[in-house]
Amino acid sequence: MPQIRFYAEHCKGCGLCVLVCPCQNIRISEDLNEHGHPFAVLVDPARCTYCAMCGRMCPDMAIEIFDGKNGSKENSGGAAK
Amino acid sequence: MSEKILLKGNELLVEAAIEAGCRFYAGYPITPQNEVPERMSWRMPQAGGVFVQAESEIAAVNMLFGASAAGARCMTSSSSPGISLKQEGISYIAAAELPCVIVNMQRGGPGLGNIRASQGDYFQAVKGGGHGDYRLIVLAPATLQELYDLTLNAFDYADFYRNPVMILGDGILGQMAEPVEAHPYRPLFKLPPKDYILDGCRGRAPRVIRTLFLHPSDSLVQHNLRLQKKYAKMQREISLYEEFETADADVIVTAYGIPGRVAKGAVKRARREGLKAGLIRPLCVWPFPVQPYQNAAKQAKAFLVVEMSHGQFIEDVKLAIECRRPVAFLGKGGGWYPSEEEILEQIRHLAGARSKGLKAQRKS
Amino acid sequence: MEFRRPKTLKNVLTHYCPGCGHGIVHRLVAEVIDELGIRERTIGTAPVGCAVLLYDYMNCDIIECAHGRPPAVATGIKRVLPDRIVFTYQGDGDLAAIGAAETIHAANRGENITVIFVNNAIYGMTGGQMAPTTLMGQWSTTTPAGRGKLGEGGPIKVCEMLSALDGPCYLERVAVSTPKDVLRAKKAIRKAFENQIAGKGFSLVEVLSMCPTDWKLSPKEAVDFVNEKMKTVFPLGVFKDR
Repeated sequence: MPQIRFYAEHCKGCGLCVLVCPCQNIRISEDLNEHGHPFAVLVDPARCTYCAMCGRMCPDMAIEIFDGKNGSKENSGGAAK
Repeated sequence: MSEKILLKGNELLVEAAIEAGCRFYAGYPITPQNEVPERMSWRMPQAGGVFVQAESEIAAVNMLFGASAAGARCMTSSSSPGISLKQEGISYIAAAELPCVIVNMQRGGPGLGNIRASQGDYFQAVKGGGHGDYRLIVLAPATLQELYDLTLNAFDYADFYRNPVMILGDGILGQMAEPVEAHPYRPLFKLPPKDYILDGCRGRAPRVIRTLFLHPSDSLVQHNLRLQKKYAKMQREISLYEEFETADADVIVTAYGIPGRVAKGAVKRARREGLKAGLIRPLCVWPFPVQPYQNAAKQAKAFLVVEMSHGQFIEDVKLAIECRRPVAFLGKGGGWYPSEEEILEQIRHLAGARSKGLKAQRKS
Repeated sequence: MEFRRPKTLKNVLTHYCPGCGHGIVHRLVAEVIDELGIRERTIGTAPVGCAVLLYDYMNCDIIECAHGRPPAVATGIKRVLPDRIVFTYQGDGDLAAIGAAETIHAANRGENITVIFVNNAIYGMTGGQMAPTTLMGQWSTTTPAGRGKLGEGGPIKVCEMLSALDGPCYLERVAVSTPKDVLRAKKAIRKAFENQIAGKGFSLVEVLSMCPTDWKLSPKEAVDFVNEKMKTVFPLGVFKDR
């Protein structure tokens, strides 16, 4: 089962992912992350098709998709410390 | 084993550079150094190196920035107006602490000037030239033998100190020919490994060569302190000069490069006239050889500075003797040089005028 | 479907503004370097401009150059180490204004390097002054009445201009303003690196990119600006491929 991860700490809240999601399944939070940016969140994981359009448009590598094979659940990137 | 060869200075420079292992040259045509790129264009390929005729002096020096970062011994050459264009790149190379050799066969200035020999770029060479607090090692040959030898050494100085080295010649040095012992290259130093070069990060962490220091906020302060420490080390370790008849000299004539040769002739003639003249001729004008000047200032009564410019080199002479003796000046700009006769006349005048001056003082 | 951070892209937060296209272009370059397996023999050049901190983000050897000089620096590196992969990453001011001569002549020599040219029609780092690629009528801090009123001339079309030369092997203009454009941009960047590996010579990919901050637009409006305005002046496509 694939998995999509949004890294709030990497997100600057530009909303390009919201713009391109074919399922209109991403929104920008009202909360702020540690850098003071609002961040993208997935509305309904069940509706995600894992097309990765959001990730491809993301300038900040704040979205990753794991295919669930090879135990690749761990994120390779994730948040900057 | 060495052989005697007869070449123009510009051509000899090419042979010395290749002998020293220079394998990258980029340059742009400008008189009076055109023989350098011309000869490089066929000698470099023979030596297995790279010759690039750049689109500008700016591009040429930046090609050196890349070639040096990639680990090659590299050189560019030009003449005064072209050297002005290179200053941006020289500042970056000095800041990044990369080795390279830059040759300035100076011509008359300012502006387009003329194509005769001059020393008008002295300040530019020894006081910085480009932006920021940096220094070049500036070698100043007066003969083609010195040009050959100092060119071999220039690449070692550059690699040893990881600093750009300038060979400060002039149109006469570049255009004249005289026989030279072309002895084989032998390193001056045990050279440090080039552990900074960019050749791909196989088996190591990626490297960065940069000149921007933003974080932490004092990083540029620290970088400058490190550079200054290196420049102080150069000043302690490099002092190149010729001394001639200085031990008992009343009048010390001093000049570098071609006027140094002319001055030596004048000193010899003065001695034949019974005048106690001597010569100090720096072979490296940064770091400046302060010691021989301080020694000479102990007994000399006056100094005479000769240069092919209007009072640039004289400032370093005054600093070296801390203005403890009168310093007379004989300089010519616009691409002309003081003659042996003119220098001799000044020596006579200084010797004579000085005794008259003493008499005048006693009277009062 | 996997979509992961490429190994060549360091796991750090960039300094770029929200909605800036540089992050996308960085990732595409990093993905291509990963896919071609060339990270350990690649040397990149950082420009002066917003992307000057490229060395903080790319996990390969990087040299930071003077403004406009990357093609000359890359020439020096590539000529000394012809079996390494050398790319420049440049903005519009760097490549098409102060470094126009270096760009034209590296292209004309057919230097076997890859040039990634990010065109966002403005000087970003210095705060939004006119770029050589600023559109006619476009506001900037130095064209307060819109470009064209004070004899600024029009935007320089780099791909069209370089296509007049015999030297370049591959010139393509792409964008990063839609997911489809991003995919196309990656293909072009990949080809530009493959050309170098094959020894084919100078390849340049011009990437139309967003600068919401200095355009004074929202990220969404910035995307629209690229799609509706920039693509009209700078048509996408292949200008040279041999």
